[in-house]
Amino acid sequence: MTEPVLSVRDLHVEFASRRGTLRAIDGVSFDIAKGEVLGVVGESGAGKSVTGLAVIGLIDPPGRIAGGEIHLAGLRIDNLPPEEMRRVRGKRIGMIFQDPLTSLNPLYKVGDQIVETIRTHLNLSEQAARRRAIDLLAEVGIPAPEKRIDGYPHEFSGGMRQRVVIALAICAEPELIIADEPTTALDVSVQAQIISLIKRLGRDHGTAVMLVTHDMGVIAETSDRVAVMYAGRVAEIGPVQDVVKNPLHPYAKGLMGAIPTLAGEDKRLVQIPGSMPRLSAIPRGCSFNPRCAFAFDRCRVDRPEPLPRGAQSVACHLYDDVPAESMA
Amino acid sequence: MSAPFVQATNLRRVFDVSKPWLNRVLEGGHLEYLKAVDHVTFDIRKGETFALVGESGSGKTTVARMVVGLLPPSAGDVLIDGVSMTDPRQALARRRLRRRIQMIFQDPYASLNPRFRVDAIISEPIRAFDLIQGERDIQARVGELLSLVGLHPDDRLKYPHEFSGGQRQRIAIARALASDAEFIVCDEPTSALDVSVQAQILNLMRDLQDKFGLTYMFISHNLAVVRHMASRVGVMYLGRIVEIAEGRELFANPRMPYTKMLLGAVPDLAMSGRQRIPVKGEIPNPINPPPGCAFNPRCPLAFDLCRRETPELIDGVACHAVNTAPVPA
Repeated sequence: MTEPVLSVRDLHVEFASRRGTLRAIDGVSFDIAKGEVLGVVGESGAGKSVTGLAVIGLIDPPGRIAGGEIHLAGLRIDNLPPEEMRRVRGKRIGMIFQDPLTSLNPLYKVGDQIVETIRTHLNLSEQAARRRAIDLLAEVGIPAPEKRIDGYPHEFSGGMRQRVVIALAICAEPELIIADEPTTALDVSVQAQIISLIKRLGRDHGTAVMLVTHDMGVIAETSDRVAVMYAGRVAEIGPVQDVVKNPLHPYAKGLMGAIPTLAGEDKRLVQIPGSMPRLSAIPRGCSFNPRCAFAFDRCRVDRPEPLPRGAQSVACHLYDDVPAESMA
Repeated sequence: MSAPFVQATNLRRVFDVSKPWLNRVLEGGHLEYLKAVDHVTFDIRKGETFALVGESGSGKTTVARMVVGLLPPSAGDVLIDGVSMTDPRQALARRRLRRRIQMIFQDPYASLNPRFRVDAIISEPIRAFDLIQGERDIQARVGELLSLVGLHPDDRLKYPHEFSGGQRQRIAIARALASDAEFIVCDEPTSALDVSVQAQILNLMRDLQDKFGLTYMFISHNLAVVRHMASRVGVMYLGRIVEIAEGRELFANPRMPYTKMLLGAVPDLAMSGRQRIPVKGEIPNPINPPPGCAFNPRCPLAFDLCRRETPELIDGVACHAVNTAPVPA
């Protein structure tokens, strides 16, 4: 097997607070191969955005990476000096944020912002960079790019702005794109356009994509593999079809059942009691145990580690080799 | 069958979005109007859930606000249980009706007063309508309402910031029920919530409907949620209802091209990997909508009539292509 574009091993991220250290990410590991889209799904507070920020090195104090390693195509990037990391970010890792209005500077024409980014990372003349910017805008589906390039962000609609942000993210041909809720602020019809755009980028350029979202539907449409996060840990990771059709972890099962679908039967939605624990009060053992219908003694004491199960990998004691019954 | 509980007829709402008078004089420019809602007609029967679905800017929230009387319509009328929401002669009847209508808003962080304790929030309608006398009885009722929505009666002594988003939405529901409301207008009640919490709230809303025979008007942009909740659905596009049908029917057999496109655009678990209908374009500027059918620039079936005349809602669909299709002889 070839080397993955992104490899995260046993990542820990902590935030120092007045009431002690909060562990936002607690031992997360995953790989993303070339051209692969990994969906990271979870509810608010699961740690999916923080994982993305850790990868591009944008965890600000009081937060810090407390342990683990992040490799980008073999290069360890979690401990790079800020100046070197700045060169990696933007050049080798592109970033797409949720709100396209706040990720563009309202005082500059979109073309100037793209040209600036291109010239920061690639050795191109002003004219060549501008030509490339027009090509990029055309590639992300902005009509009449040679005219729109001189527009200001407020002259673009939400969907068009997000396309500009995507053009910015891909302008230096990065190996990895981190998209944090790229479609959450958009209407469904526009969301569909952006989803197919992200998919096409992965296919055409061989870019690895880490797609962070709370919307399982978006993941199911876009991703090759999916990681389900809960309270700072990966509960389950595997090929998207397997995880959607046959989730193993009780949390993943509940999550899939809780989503109303267009095709589904008109029955009651599966309900997971309670809500995600606060970081200051993560339960002992498996962090999901107070909400889990299958929890037994061991879940309240031992923290489950991810174990492979077919193509999937699941962190749950139900799937330990020791059968549950003999544990009592 | 009796008359529908809620009847909205030819609702229309226009907002003046002109520049100030002085700027118009100095810089030129003329009066500009935004037609947020136009020609919207629908009925809601007692005990059913009627949903309005559409993308941002389609006018669904404006309709909701006109139905509950928060916004006067520019034209048209809403009758709730026979009482007009606009007729000044029915002011007295309307005041009696108010108690029976409540609203649940999208953002549970903004819709609860942070300085009020939960008991003050929930008892406000009880006190405003003078439904229960005596402090002890009011507190007992508040406790009862809290347990009804799945919270603990002792939670009434807390402040809103002590609750999560889902719990706050439960408090908002308890407040809506406090006045024994029969008709609840829910404007995106779960959009701000996580999916597992959304499932809890949707289940709770359905349970309460079964228990008290509530009538819901449900506003959402999420088609899957609407599919789950609604018995009848109206699809809005640029201020008009373009299709209205029984929920099951609409999702199985969408007729209007916009509805088809919208349904095709929803990422769905069960249908992953299917071929999508490519979506063309975006919602046009509502100040300057295209002439004729507002959807014509994006519509695959558009023909010359669509660019000239706005289609009427006939038999549940407002579409020339559907309505003037060659009738079998």
